Amino acid sequence: MTKLTFIAHDGTHFDVDAENGSTVMENAIRNAVPGIEAECGGACACATCHVYVDEAWTAEVGEPEAMEEDMLDFAYEVQPNSRLSCQIKVRDALDGLIVRVPERQG
Amino acid sequence: MTGIISTDVLIVGAGPVGLFAVFELGLLDLKCHLIDILDKPGGQCAELYPEKPIYDIPGWPSISAQGLVDKLLEQVAPFKPDFTYNRMVSSLEKLDDGGFRVTTDENEVFEAKVVVIAAGGGSFQPKRPPIPGIEAYEGTSVFYSVRRMEDFRSHDLVIVGGGDSALDWTLNLQPVAKSVTLVHRRPEFRAAPDSVNKMYAMQEMKQLEFRVGQVAGLTGADGQLASATIKGGPDGDIEVSCTRMLPFFGLTMKLGPIAEWGLNLHENLIPVDTEKFQTSVPGIFAVGDINWYPGKLKLILSGFHEVALMAQAAKRVISPGERIVFQYTTSSTSLQKKLGVTG
Repeated sequence: MTKLTFIAHDGTHFDVDAENGSTVMENAIRNAVPGIEAECGGACACATCHVYVDEAWTAEVGEPEAMEEDMLDFAYEVQPNSRLSCQIKVRDALDGLIVRVPERQG
Repeated sequence: MTGIISTDVLIVGAGPVGLFAVFELGLLDLKCHLIDILDKPGGQCAELYPEKPIYDIPGWPSISAQGLVDKLLEQVAPFKPDFTYNRMVSSLEKLDDGGFRVTTDENEVFEAKVVVIAAGGGSFQPKRPPIPGIEAYEGTSVFYSVRRMEDFRSHDLVIVGGGDSALDWTLNLQPVAKSVTLVHRRPEFRAAPDSVNKMYAMQEMKQLEFRVGQVAGLTGADGQLASATIKGGPDGDIEVSCTRMLPFFGLTMKLGPIAEWGLNLHENLIPVDTEKFQTSVPGIFAVGDINWYPGKLKLILSGFHEVALMAQAAKRVISPGERIVFQYTTSSTSLQKKLGVTG
């Protein structure tokens, strides 16, 4: 199991055990992390699972692909460390990953 | 207004479940008219993820969302459904004869014996960009679509977004507006490369301005926009004078005016029974993602099941007392006749 930490907009931490191969979004939904809506269910079609990747993790998580970058146009307050959590796959190297949930989705 | 459009069943939403409802109702000789806010059938399948494969449609190990829509259209074609696109249903009124009168946002009037709500996640509506105070300017200075180009004549216009709508209107309104500033958070666009090239060429000739950044604030008074603040660009925060703004931030889904129809609601979903899929108002049914009942799963396949049972109940509402003979399409010559096939 890989440990992930979601920090909700109000500062609440959600430490969850995630299965490798699942998406960060799926783990947010499974653990009822507030602020992750995932309206489209993970099809990279809505930008309502937007998260900020902790600065220490941006290199390991990597850059969004073109399609995700397009969808990020619809997200709220996009920053250089913005990602759509449905497009981040959990793997061993992400053990300890911290992501922050924005104030609102779209 | 072109008079009242009458139909047996008015289906709100032309997504996969609304389309398959046409089939099940059609087998029972009920004529359907579908209304959708999009300009095409297919709902989320067509609008959000047309190329994505779906793996849980029985009999199709994998089918693209648009592929499923195309197959459904082929399947319901024998029943000749009518479609009205680009319309949102607004009001619903119960008629003395037991039917319903439904009006759209463009004032078309429909009368139906039964109404089926197959509206999925709700109607697609333009997404409001996260700009503080934008509500105060909506409908007076800020618009989410262009109904008449004249409304933008001689205005300083800011267009926000990086897709085809943003680029197309930038190019189309440039000759009409006093000035056009296109704002997008990055220099890459989702729009057709040809439009992007044209835009850059016009910028080169100083016919318009393109700025990288995000609109962070608006100034103005009494609904009249005066300027927009653009942040995050290479030149730092800048203020752009403008009297009109067109943000194109994609679509979101909202239940919309259906919420005002007097139906019981459960967290923006419509509770139904699992025998008829009828709402709290007899004669109004709800199927697919928009309904709720214990154990509900938002699957297309569940919606297909729901419409089969709903159709039986709708038939009983429309033809009370008539005996409904349960038949299979594989063996019933009368069903095959309706489908235009021979067994």
